[in-house]
Amino acid sequence: MLNIHKNSCWPIAIAVLLMSITMIPAHADDDDDDSGRSMSSTKYTAQAGDTDAQNRRGGKSIGNSLDINAKLKDECGSCHMVYPPRFLSAQSWRAVMAGLDKHFGSDASVDAAAAAEIGDFLVQNASTKKRTSASGIEPALRITETRWFQSEHRKMDSKWKDPRVKSSANCAACHTRAESGSFKERDIKVPK
Amino acid sequence: MLLKYFVSGLLIVSVAGLPVQPVFAQTPDDILAALKNDAAGSVQNFQGFSAARGEKFFKAKHGGEWSCASCHTENPAMTGKHAKTDKPIDPLAPSANAERFTNPKKVEKWFKRNCNDVLDRVCTPQEKGDVLAYLLTIRK
Repeated sequence: MLNIHKNSCWPIAIAVLLMSITMIPAHADDDDDDSGRSMSSTKYTAQAGDTDAQNRRGGKSIGNSLDINAKLKDECGSCHMVYPPRFLSAQSWRAVMAGLDKHFGSDASVDAAAAAEIGDFLVQNASTKKRTSASGIEPALRITETRWFQSEHRKMDSKWKDPRVKSSANCAACHTRAESGSFKERDIKVPK
Repeated sequence: MLLKYFVSGLLIVSVAGLPVQPVFAQTPDDILAALKNDAAGSVQNFQGFSAARGEKFFKAKHGGEWSCASCHTENPAMTGKHAKTDKPIDPLAPSANAERFTNPKKVEKWFKRNCNDVLDRVCTPQEKGDVLAYLLTIRK
């Protein structure tokens, strides 16, 4: 018999080594979650709607990483893209959440606990800039009603009807990384 | 001795390496049975559910703009598409999507939302049961 056979620790050592290999991705995920936010949320690089303009001017980018609340991703994301909370003001998000049973022609109601959690998350991460307000008195319910959106997309009017774009709510038609929250200039590809 | 440790070591590794299988609270048949209870309690002379009636209901527009099939397609085993946003919708038929009709809360939520969108009212237990009976007849 070889010596190794007498050393009963070997199999355990091999087992532990194999286990540690399988656990590497899990550790990597943990490292990602360094902002101290809930682990049930998904990492998402959200940028304010006016970041592009600032970048063009050579200003400091205010893009930041935001963990999108898991419930928001689930409830809102089952019907449409999860729009970055910073695209609307707190006042607008409150109004959106108050009218979920008639949400742009659809019943999107959620239970009270989910509504509270999602509403809090949206309000806490909402824009504080005046540019996200609508031109009228009422708070903007659509991102496309805000002054910054209209200003940023002022040359795009002819594009909304393009079948590849379909509507101005379809960010990903041109903002190729919109789904992951990036609206950077270099990620824009307008269909020709 | 060596074999004993090796086997136990391997066991630990294989258990740790197993992908976590989703645990469903209920099966579609459980959901159907619950709907049957509701229907039996609310419909006079309840005759059971009908897959044929469910299919007709699923594909009809009920006087509005949409039918269930507008988003879930005429073949609910296929991936659907939100009629307004184009967002892909996972197949609705349990044969094509094991997660469907396994969570009563979710079932209730979506019936409420979608019946309001399609019929502008909530659906009756009879209608829900007919639709589920139809969906359960669909093979991939």
